[in-house]
Amino acid sequence: MGAKLPDAATAHSGAQHHSGEAHGTVGGYITGFILSAILTVIPFWLVMSGALADTALTALAVAALGALQIVVHMVYFLQMNGRSEAGWTLSAFIFTVIIIAIAVVGSVWVMHHLDVNMMPMTHEDARTLP
Amino acid sequence: MTKVSSTSGLAGEAPVFFLTETDEDHGHHETGTNLGFWIYLMSDCLIFASLFAVHAVVGRNYAGGPAPVDLFDLNIILLSTTALLISSITYGFSVIAMQSGKQQGTLGWLAATGVFGLIFLGLSLYEFYHLIHIGATPQVSAFLSSFFALVGTHALHVAFGIVWLVVLLVQIKQRGLIEANQRRVLCLSMFWHFLDLVWIVVFSFVYLIGVL
Repeated sequence: MGAKLPDAATAHSGAQHHSGEAHGTVGGYITGFILSAILTVIPFWLVMSGALADTALTALAVAALGALQIVVHMVYFLQMNGRSEAGWTLSAFIFTVIIIAIAVVGSVWVMHHLDVNMMPMTHEDARTLP
Repeated sequence: MTKVSSTSGLAGEAPVFFLTETDEDHGHHETGTNLGFWIYLMSDCLIFASLFAVHAVVGRNYAGGPAPVDLFDLNIILLSTTALLISSITYGFSVIAMQSGKQQGTLGWLAATGVFGLIFLGLSLYEFYHLIHIGATPQVSAFLSSFFALVGTHALHVAFGIVWLVVLLVQIKQRGLIEANQRRVLCLSMFWHFLDLVWIVVFSFVYLIGVL
């Protein structure tokens, strides 16, 4: 890290096109593409063939593979790391993840709780609401 | 954070200045545009998060109407997912071509990205047309309302991404790979990869888990 400071002037001329976000290589993109393709095909195959008898297990597998694919995309395509923009990119991202978790988990939790505690209502009741 | 503490002692300069210098080192011609655009993307994330939350809550409320298993053709979704994934990698190649100063390569890969983006958009529109045609319109059930809102918002993003891409093609054609254009290419790169990332969540939760 410290060595960067004196080198900064020379590095600038050499790394003119190295701009904040992307330092991608062809190999990196192809790795990401292959991993993504695999992680796309598996959940589609699981659902379309019904390989797992248990629905809940299939849903869990699809969610897990989706989460994994998101990480692959962040690393290989968005090239996220702790260094870009002095870490601000990552901080903003973590903040967003926390907000999303609160919004999504909170909504599901609260609404499920509400649903469970509501008086049961048949379709007929619902239709004849005042 | 560690960077500031480890280098400020070594360089003996005011840490305030060093932070900006780090930014320069990473993005020579950037003045925070990348970070600003990233923060816009994060706010866009929140829009999608709220739409996903709505879908998670009402996604199973069919009101006697059709359920996902009656409506969705997973083959088409697999096709559009593939198109979007390919468009992500062609965009990556475009950025690489740009970074080695090849204008023709940049334009070519950008155009390829646009074509695959259009394939994705066409398949989305076909699906919407098909659903509306068979009477599965947004007003039928809470599930369909949230489905159209969520997938429609994503499709709109892709549509605007394609508009941006075409404008960028013209700008690069006219002015070459100047600094401003390079910055734009990198911003659209983030936008495009971000849309692909959102699509992962859409096909996993709305389509695949939906039809289970």
